[in-house]
Amino acid sequence: MSIKQKINRLPVFVRALIISVVFAVFLVVVQILISGGTISGYISKIIILVGINMILTLSLNIATGYLGQLPLGHAGFMAVGAYTSAIILRAVPADSAAALFPVTLIAGGIMAAIFGLIIGIPALRLKGDYLDIITLVLGEIFRVIITNIDSVLGFDFTYGARSLKNIPKVTTFIGTFLCVAITCLLIYTLIHSRQGRAILAVRDNEIAAESCGINITLYKTLGFTISAFFAGIAGALYASYLGILNPASFGFMKSIEILVMVVFGGMGSMIGSLISATVLTVLPEALREFESFRMLVYSLLLIVIMIFNHSDKMKRFKTVAIDKIKAVFSKKAVKGAENEQH
Amino acid sequence: MNNTKMVPVPSRSIIPERDSDKAPILEAFNLGIDFGGLTAVDNFTIAVGRTEICGLIGPNGAGKTTVFNLLTNVYQPTRGLIMLDGKNTTGKSTYQVSRMGIARTFQNIRLFSKMSVLDNVKVGLYNSTKCSFISSVLRLPQYFKSEKQANEKALELLSVFDMESHAYDEAGSLPYGAQRRLEIVRALATNPGIMLLDEPAAGMNPSETWELMENIRKIRDKFQIAIMLIEHDMNLVMGICEGIAVLDHGKIIAKGDPEQIKSNPAVIEAYLGKKEA
Ligand SMILES: Nc1ncnc2c1ncn2[C@@H]1O[C@H](COP(=O)(O)OP(=O)(O)O)[C@@H](O)[C@H]1O
Ligand SMILES: [Mg+2]
Repeated sequence: MSIKQKINRLPVFVRALIISVVFAVFLVVVQILISGGTISGYISKIIILVGINMILTLSLNIATGYLGQLPLGHAGFMAVGAYTSAIILRAVPADSAAALFPVTLIAGGIMAAIFGLIIGIPALRLKGDYLDIITLVLGEIFRVIITNIDSVLGFDFTYGARSLKNIPKVTTFIGTFLCVAITCLLIYTLIHSRQGRAILAVRDNEIAAESCGINITLYKTLGFTISAFFAGIAGALYASYLGILNPASFGFMKSIEILVMVVFGGMGSMIGSLISATVLTVLPEALREFESFRMLVYSLLLIVIMIFNHSDKMKRFKTVAIDKIKAVFSKKAVKGAENEQH
Repeated sequence: MNNTKMVPVPSRSIIPERDSDKAPILEAFNLGIDFGGLTAVDNFTIAVGRTEICGLIGPNGAGKTTVFNLLTNVYQPTRGLIMLDGKNTTGKSTYQVSRMGIARTFQNIRLFSKMSVLDNVKVGLYNSTKCSFISSVLRLPQYFKSEKQANEKALELLSVFDMESHAYDEAGSLPYGAQRRLEIVRALATNPGIMLLDEPAAGMNPSETWELMENIRKIRDKFQIAIMLIEHDMNLVMGICEGIAVLDHGKIIAKGDPEQIKSNPAVIEAYLGKKEA
């Protein structure tokens, strides 16, 4: 019996308990290391950014991996969440910002979800490339609106290209990773349910899904809206992590960056999303020393890893390699058991 | 040829004596569809009894699959009317007519290939699984109850084709014949009044075909539903269909029981006369 099967045999609540305990220990240990100064301020900042990018990747993965669409304007939803939360937090008394943050976080998510819904209803009636291009355009429209809305309104609201400054920096390590955990949990329960099966069915075959009684427009819109919601949460965390927002950071390149993380981790894979968000956040930072080669090396690594992840030969190679490694371990285990007997 | 009338004719099953006491499950009146200049189906009038097994046959390109697409509202008809269980389906979408009781399989298999066999059937059970979005996401008691019911029901349906042991395999990894059978199980899961099977025996060997034939009859008897099938395997069609409609160039050229069809000169011409062209 493989380890995975053994784990799957355990009752659900035991598994949930084990995971919660391991996760709580991880949170506490890292927090102690950060407070004690063992993990430097710089590293801890990167760790938080990893968490935010995890949520972003997981959120886009709902639309791409589970729903089978390819939205190119995901950063737009992140921006909506970021500005919503930031504007509320700047308006409340500074000492209550931290306490109110969970509320503004959800407000950011809901606002992004509303935008996702408004866009999703017409856009999801389009197919393939048309949908991709529409989302790309709408993402850019968000950015342009945020940049220019102040001159329309006649008062300072988003501060446009001058940047929204002095946002209370209330994003913490523990807060971010609790959000990561909750995101994982909610996506997991959604996908393994009646509604999640409907979303996956729409991805695998629209006509067949429809002939099973599934309203495909409803589920596409639902998936798209949920995807936008979590992007909004990530945006809100990002706003209070940086303390300053500029519309330029939510452009097309940001959307592509998130998409790269999803594709890199494997569409529809939650663990893959988490790993790839980590690697692709840490890698550019680690390459900072080689300043002039940084982008070159980064791109090369991306290409190499993509090839490794997605070519059929490599897939076959990987399964063979994994089988061999497993075989070695099981042999060792058998030998170990034999040795014990002698 | 009695199908050239322009007014809807009173409904009449291909086999009038079966289910004659009950209203038909499916009726189509003068159904027709044009694709640009091409009339793919025209004057298609048929009625199917509650527990009838009927066949739709005809040469390639005759319009059989198009008829299925019309009956399930994948295509909106240019002309004509469909009554499903006594209700007009005009203007409804495919998922709505599915809920009204029509299920189908596809000529080119359309499974949810990356999902498990069990989950494919559970998608079919979508409408009978009662679990709200909130219950699903927050794992409220309703979720566990409905999932348990869905799992049991799905396994029971899979047992029709002895497929329980493959419940956790990926649907796309099944052999061809098993994929066709899974499509039938998934269609059954939607709890239909009539099931449309588009070339269910395509790609099956004779023994698989024979087994399929037995199972189609078994399904009809067990679930008390009507089955309409498109098939090129004449042994299967003549073996299980109680009524047969023959389609050629989008028009019904003959209706009747297997014996009548076999000896109908128009049918023989459609099948053999065209060959030399
Ligand atoms: N969506 C469509 N657009 C244009 N022509 C179509 C479409 N669907 C079917 N047809 C045409 O209708 C005719 C009947 O096709 P079909 O119903 O698939 O035949 P059969 O299933 O009897 O082999 C063919 O000539 C086909 O090209
Ligand atoms: Mg066909």
